[in-house]
Amino acid sequence: MRTDAGTEHLLRELAPQVLGAVVRRYGHFDAAEDAVQEALLAAATQWPVEGMPERPRGWLVTVASRRLTDQLRSDEARRRRETAAALAEPPGPPGPAGQAAAAEDGERASGQDDTLTLLFLCCHPELTPASQLALTLRAVGGLTTAEIARAFLVPESTMAQRISRAKQRIAATGARFAAPPAGEWASRLRVVLHVLYLMFNEGYAATSGGETSRPELTAEAIRLTRAVRGLLPGDGEVAGLLALMLLTEARRPARCGPGGTLVPLAEQDRSRWDQELIGEGLALVTGALTTAPLGAYQIQAAIAAVHAEAATAAETDWPQILALYDLLERISPSPVVTLNRAVAVAMVHGPRPALDLLAALETDERMAGNHRLAAVRAHCHELARDHGAAADEYRAAARTATSIPERRYLEAHAAQLAATAGLARAAGTVGGQ
Amino acid sequence: MKYLLMIYQNPATWQGMPESEKKAFMDEAGAIVDELIASGEWVGGEGLADPSTAASVRVRDGVPAVTDGPFAEAKEQVVGYCIVDCESRDRAIEIAIRWPDARRWGMEVRPILSPDGVEM
Repeated sequence: MRTDAGTEHLLRELAPQVLGAVVRRYGHFDAAEDAVQEALLAAATQWPVEGMPERPRGWLVTVASRRLTDQLRSDEARRRRETAAALAEPPGPPGPAGQAAAAEDGERASGQDDTLTLLFLCCHPELTPASQLALTLRAVGGLTTAEIARAFLVPESTMAQRISRAKQRIAATGARFAAPPAGEWASRLRVVLHVLYLMFNEGYAATSGGETSRPELTAEAIRLTRAVRGLLPGDGEVAGLLALMLLTEARRPARCGPGGTLVPLAEQDRSRWDQELIGEGLALVTGALTTAPLGAYQIQAAIAAVHAEAATAAETDWPQILALYDLLERISPSPVVTLNRAVAVAMVHGPRPALDLLAALETDERMAGNHRLAAVRAHCHELARDHGAAADEYRAAARTATSIPERRYLEAHAAQLAATAGLARAAGTVGGQ
Repeated sequence: MKYLLMIYQNPATWQGMPESEKKAFMDEAGAIVDELIASGEWVGGEGLADPSTAASVRVRDGVPAVTDGPFAEAKEQVVGYCIVDCESRDRAIEIAIRWPDARRWGMEVRPILSPDGVEM
């Protein structure tokens, strides 16, 4: 969508509301979603030229409804031509789009709830995470397929197919456009939050290339999580996830050096961290921790908060971080959590106990081929001033890394340590003579 | 995550195969491609001309040395490739296992480096 920022912002805001209104009236989530995309594109080209209509949402609903009914009619006409009468007749075409306007005022109030219902549908547990992400970005985020394809560095045709398959799968599950039943509500919300978390992570990865045209997935993830927070203000995990995103995003200006090199947390110029985001994140996580039941996102946000509050890396409250990782491992155990806890153990109790903890992870097949295990081991050897072993481990980590900037960082660090180790050996030899 | 699937064949064996068998191979692979397109995992791929049409190029001290044929005189050569974008390494391997060439010759699955990374 190439249009002015104000119009684009409004269109993205309205996208899920319009889709919700159209789907609730006509069903056919798959075709309705296409029709809304077309209406959004029409608005993006017409409004800047012809001026914004008085009721933008009504305009979009009417245009999308018209496209949908046209599409359904032509689909049915084709089916009649193509299929033998033996096949069961699909539901007839809906009434004229004119009926749409009458029902609209009553639906305006539910526009907000539609966003959440749509999120539940797009993050259907039957879909793969990649499909959940793509569909959420299109149907709830209002991004075009081309924009989503650019964000994930795949051809547009690949992304179009992925989205279309996702919609087919949703149709096949028989899922309706309605909130999940009460018994599933909590687990379905967890899936939605996980998709938003993945969206953020996908966007947060720093790029080594000059792909400046890639849309900001982090901004989109924050925007959508804010919307969910607006709908569920009392949910501690929603607040925790939003806080985690804001506190992580705050580091963005400092995490990249010249030429896209990665700057590790301990070496970042903290004066470049975004204090406004940190302030908002801290308030959110503090509020959630004191009022809501504890959850994994809140703990991760609390860990990010401890980092954010340290004026220098040396002032980091590692015992506090270790206590939080202990807690996280209890409520949400995973090898990645253990790996991160090992870093905190190394900082609090020294590298030896941390290496013992890592040894237990080596046989965990979920960590097989994960370069971070070798990287943390390398870090422990480095803390123990065993530079030779650290260089070997950093090299091993570099070999298994599948990200260009991470591999570069690990290789550079290995080379630096190997040089230090070489000097130390040389000095030792000289000293020994 | 993107993976390169390299398809290996013994070109001499391939040439000696009856047309019907070659066609069965290609149809089988074609059906997998169609499935991958439909699932939104297919990024791209192509078949390569016979290895004898290859040119190997090295430049030493600014002097290019160009020789006909592939680098290695191996019996099995890369005859095609595809790039898939899928959930996991296991899924990429699962695709490779189904490729008809895997039964006769072999497939190699290689992760493609991502330009993105996260600070440590």
